[in-house]
Amino acid sequence: MNPAPSVIIFTTLSGMGFGLLFWLGLGLPAPTGWVAFGFFFVAYALAVGGLMASALHLGRPERALKAFTQWRSSWLSREAIAAVVTLTLGGIFALTAIFGTPLAPLGWLVSLGCAGTIWTTSMIYTQLRSVPRWHHWTTPAVFLTLAGGGGALLANQGLAALVLLAAAAVLQGIAWFTGDRRFARSGTTLGTATGLGERGEVRAFLPPHSGSNYLLKEFVYVVGRRHVMYLRIIGMSLAFVLPLAILAFGLTHVTAVVAILAHLLGVLCLRWLFFAQAEHVVGLYYGARRTA
Amino acid sequence: MTQLPPPSSVKLGLVIDLDTCVGCHACVVACKGWNTENYGAPLSDTNPYGADPSGTFLNRVHSYEVIPDEGPAQQVHFPKSCLHCEDAPCVTVCPTGASYKRAEDGIVLVNESACIGCQLCAWACPYGAREADPAEGVMKKCTLCVDRIYNENLPEIDRTPACVRTCPSKARHFGDLGDPDSAVSQLVAERGGFDLMPEQGCKPVNKYLPPRARDTDEVDVLAPLLEPVAQDGKGLVAWLDKALSALPKGGRA
Repeated sequence: MNPAPSVIIFTTLSGMGFGLLFWLGLGLPAPTGWVAFGFFFVAYALAVGGLMASALHLGRPERALKAFTQWRSSWLSREAIAAVVTLTLGGIFALTAIFGTPLAPLGWLVSLGCAGTIWTTSMIYTQLRSVPRWHHWTTPAVFLTLAGGGGALLANQGLAALVLLAAAAVLQGIAWFTGDRRFARSGTTLGTATGLGERGEVRAFLPPHSGSNYLLKEFVYVVGRRHVMYLRIIGMSLAFVLPLAILAFGLTHVTAVVAILAHLLGVLCLRWLFFAQAEHVVGLYYGARRTA
Repeated sequence: MTQLPPPSSVKLGLVIDLDTCVGCHACVVACKGWNTENYGAPLSDTNPYGADPSGTFLNRVHSYEVIPDEGPAQQVHFPKSCLHCEDAPCVTVCPTGASYKRAEDGIVLVNESACIGCQLCAWACPYGAREADPAEGVMKKCTLCVDRIYNENLPEIDRTPACVRTCPSKARHFGDLGDPDSAVSQLVAERGGFDLMPEQGCKPVNKYLPPRARDTDEVDVLAPLLEPVAQDGKGLVAWLDKALSALPKGGRA
């Protein structure tokens, strides 16, 4: 899939923003006054900034309000509603905290909304059978633990960050290990795509046109195998290994900033891979995956 | 509404005959022509006369080579457009309700004035049937020429999709695949029509008819004429023939 900067920035920043808001809602930490304002400002800057980045990828952003109507069937619609409801409740909760009387039950509701928003975001990708790498329980598991771990890092919750980031690293490993084989296991080949597979080996002979097209640009993105290995090592090191090492030695203000920045860059790298490595079955029609 | 309607009894769709398609791309041109001038936003081209032209199309023709275990390879021309699936994933993922399946005849359409161009429907479609139009910012897809098939201003013969009307080898057929007695359903039953990517679970309405197996006879009809004419020659030529044939490899290079 085309690794569009707008969706990579959206899922990364919003993930961390809603992750931070999740811990603030639980009262971990429970700041008041200007400190509370600072914490909530960071959470909202990340969450809202990410959502605005996602609007950039729309062809007709001026009609975005219509996206709140189809929650019965559409995960994207559910995500939009979950995000707006959570941010509205979170705003009220933030005001109560800033003025010194945080309403704990409202905070719990906000935390629930944060988890729901991350989950609905991940389901947008998980639901797609046409992209076998994403169509698996590891997609929401990685999204949720990454957001929780990154949020805990921002919220200065050392133990929670340690546990969740370690879990996210393991889940990411499982997602890669199983994901590398999932396209082949999906059973979709050029043979089933053309219905000609039982007659012999099918090979793409002529494309429909000599130039490129929307489908090739959006769905048939090829990453070099060696780059993938290096990017996985870089992503794992920055997102998990470095922050976990810093957490193990105890956080100070300076090392916390280093851990947070490393984690953010690492997650951006992992998200780039999440999109760039995902293969859409339509690529088969254009001769992608000739050996599979 | 992007919830799928209950299955309709009328299932309008196409039957594409891979045996007779000659890969002329006339259906591609007819489709682009009709759908640029009629229903919805035009199908735009980007840099059409430049070094790297591209454009929005609702129908494209691929060509594949099938190499059987035995016998010669076979070339198959393969037109592909929206298959108007019964379980259309492009409809249910739509967040705005712009993408919908008609309850009365099963045609999958986009309400372009409600489309926000998020492209999730194109992601969800395994067949690559939807394209985002870069000029209009909305999703375009085959409408089954909904503005032709019910159009009483057109002569009756023209009330079929533009691709079907134009096909010079009659490789495209339009009709009601929900009616087992319709001509298209009969054709599918007789010829063993099949679904594309059945494992994706979309239950496509459009069906494809298989190409005939290639003849196993002599490939070249002229081959008999190339046999040596004089098997029992005499004289200098016969002697030369025998002498050369006696050389290693029978005198052939």
